[in-house]
Amino acid sequence: MSVVAIEKLTKQFAQGNVVALQDIELAIEPGEFVSLIGPSGCGKSTLLRIIGDLIQPTSGTVMVNGKPAPRARADHDYGIVFQDSVLFDWRTVSKNVALPLELLGWDRARRKTRVDEMLALVELQGFGDHQPWQLSGGMQMRVAIARALAFEPPLLLMDEPFGALDEMTRERLNMELLRIWEASKSTVVFVTHSIAEAVFLSTRAVVMSARPGRIADIVEIDLPYPRGAATREEPRYFELVTQVREALHLGSDLDRAVADV
Amino acid sequence: MSSQPVAVAPVPRGALSQRVGRRALDWLPALVVLVVVLVVWQESIALLHIKRFLAPQPSAIASTFWDDRGELLRAGWFTFQEALGGFVVGSALGILAALVLARWPRLSRALMPYAIAASAVPIIAFAPITNAWFSPFGKTSKIAIAAILCFFPVFVNTLRGLTSVRPSSIELMRSYAAGEIDIFRRVRIPTALPLTFTALKIATVLSMIGAIVGEYFGGDFNALGVLINSRSATFAFEEAWAGIGVACAFGIAFYLVVAGLERVALRGAPSTED
Amino acid sequence: MGALRRAVVSGATVVAVLGVLVGAWELYRWIWISAGWTWPFVVDDTSMPHIHTIVQALFQHPTSGFGDILIVQLFHAALFTAKEAVVGFAIGATFGFLLGVLMSQWRVLQRGFLPYVVASQTVPILAVAPIVVVYLGSLNVAAWFSVAVIAAYLTFFPVAINTLRGLLSTDRRALELMHAFAAGRWTILWKLRVPAALPFIFSALKVAATASVVGAIIGEAPSSIQDGLGGYIVNFNQYYTLSPQNLWATNIIAALLGIAFFLAIVGAEKVVVRRAPEHVA
Repeated sequence: MSVVAIEKLTKQFAQGNVVALQDIELAIEPGEFVSLIGPSGCGKSTLLRIIGDLIQPTSGTVMVNGKPAPRARADHDYGIVFQDSVLFDWRTVSKNVALPLELLGWDRARRKTRVDEMLALVELQGFGDHQPWQLSGGMQMRVAIARALAFEPPLLLMDEPFGALDEMTRERLNMELLRIWEASKSTVVFVTHSIAEAVFLSTRAVVMSARPGRIADIVEIDLPYPRGAATREEPRYFELVTQVREALHLGSDLDRAVADV
Repeated sequence: MSSQPVAVAPVPRGALSQRVGRRALDWLPALVVLVVVLVVWQESIALLHIKRFLAPQPSAIASTFWDDRGELLRAGWFTFQEALGGFVVGSALGILAALVLARWPRLSRALMPYAIAASAVPIIAFAPITNAWFSPFGKTSKIAIAAILCFFPVFVNTLRGLTSVRPSSIELMRSYAAGEIDIFRRVRIPTALPLTFTALKIATVLSMIGAIVGEYFGGDFNALGVLINSRSATFAFEEAWAGIGVACAFGIAFYLVVAGLERVALRGAPSTED
Repeated sequence: MGALRRAVVSGATVVAVLGVLVGAWELYRWIWISAGWTWPFVVDDTSMPHIHTIVQALFQHPTSGFGDILIVQLFHAALFTAKEAVVGFAIGATFGFLLGVLMSQWRVLQRGFLPYVVASQTVPILAVAPIVVVYLGSLNVAAWFSVAVIAAYLTFFPVAINTLRGLLSTDRRALELMHAFAAGRWTILWKLRVPAALPFIFSALKVAATASVVGAIIGEAPSSIQDGLGGYIVNFNQYYTLSPQNLWATNIIAALLGIAFFLAIVGAEKVVVRRAPEHVA
């Protein structure tokens, strides 16, 4: 059973009649790491939010974990990480990670055990009693990831989580994320506008184009796991980056062609 | 900050609201509350045998108001003039003081706790003193106490607004070789305007309170506060309540005028209401 | 910088500021009397007594030789007024908070009640106070509690307004996160909106603390309640031309009471609200 199964998905925004997504078909299998990559306005963030039932589609079906998206959200079948870590200022790092567990009604002892596990997973053990603003941007993002995975959801949605960070931190967190992904055995849908990131992280890269938002191409990334710093220097890596880049250009050429007609 | 879509559901609008128009429909719940309260008030006085003097029936108050409307409105206007005078003087001084002090943001921040502490003083207790300074029967004493009441919130809020500009905005202006005056005009004052208007709205209410409390400690016979007091003292309670109603009406009208000015001045800025 | 050193610096600054104020007072007085200026008002021993006269008055007997010295009497009066103000503050702040919560959750309640919440403050409390005292007195409620009700009336307004504003200005991204967690309305309120709104609420509580003292004093004055500061103000007002320093001394005590209430909230805020420090120019 696919973790995410999308058929004939269309999304229109009423004001201005913007067609954000048109006829999207996508199936994501368990254990995959799928990137959504495309230029601004291609609807990748919208698509992610539709999977998370934070935006409703205009038409089409979205099944998550075998259920309609709203049920999946109610059943806590996914965790989400935004570009802003959105940590609560008034809670310590530990309490921030514990937030979804509180919502699920876990008792204090169980919460503490799990929070400690998660902080160890993102390598922030010992920072539990810090306040969020005492941490660097990269560390705050790791806390957000720990929080998203706290209740071990099968699916992890990520919306350009490293977009606000510098290149070095990004590359380091990319490797962290791969390690966490393997350890947690979850499925990841990852929105990015960085080709390098998409190729480095994913099993598949879904290339999208804008006006209207649709899938231009899907590139299989056959680089072996575990991936590391050396991966970024392999010839196959550069080939795939080129392939994705050309798919992006093709997508935007199609836009221009359509616009010129 | 990126332009990512944030998925929070907008407030749905029913078919009725689209036809009648949003602004008219917005006031409907308030109207309903008013009608319900008036009806309950009117009926419960009779039903619960509440003594006349505590809360006369709205109908009795209304008819008394109508009978005395000339005298009441003149008195209201008299008191309103005191309040308005105090509002203008106090707010102007508050804004001026804030503009001057904002030139030195670090000094302002050092003085801010003292200004806030000063506004924690129950200034109303000074009303008898302004009556002693200026004749209790003139308007000046009430203008003075109203001005002092208005000064502090306007001063504190305006100063806070002028000095709470983001450092990056100041840096941007300096990169344009903008002088202090330019920075004030283009950055600090627009930042301060919403806060200043909030304080001005509060000041409208404070100025009326100042005027009426000042009158309690001694005032002209034509003043509304004195009128209400003398009517209470002679057990003419419907008349007293009618006077209270007039005071409310002037206060509300004053507030609405300033709120209207705020809307004009802050066109285009995200609203602080709603 | 140790905490002790900070405290000493703060204390010294307060003394310095007071010194400046006293100096300014005496200087103004000296200049105006010497020059004989009459604008904005005539300056003499009645309108502006010497500061030391006022301070001395605190240690004298205000009522021709019997009873405690003034400062002791005023201290008890301040306690009496403080009791009314604290109770009024508690009632008003609770009611204001609940009202703010309700108005934030249902727009129709906001539209229905907010105009009246704002308009409520235009009712001249001074005029209504004696009526409230008599009415509650007829129900065998102690007079001081009636004044507490009046204090609550002035307190609930800033708390209601700021609670509403704070609850409605929650970060949209945090709201989206809670929706992703499938959190219900009341969970979102309790775990997100209210904690996020605490800075707003505390700034309102500071205003409300002052308002409760003002309400207590204004409530006492027309209600012939002798035991509180309002009563002393009314009394000393009558004898102002004879002994102006008594009224001034009472005002100083009233000012200290207001500031004490304010500082209590500031202290509570430091304990309850822990936020990232602001960066402003």
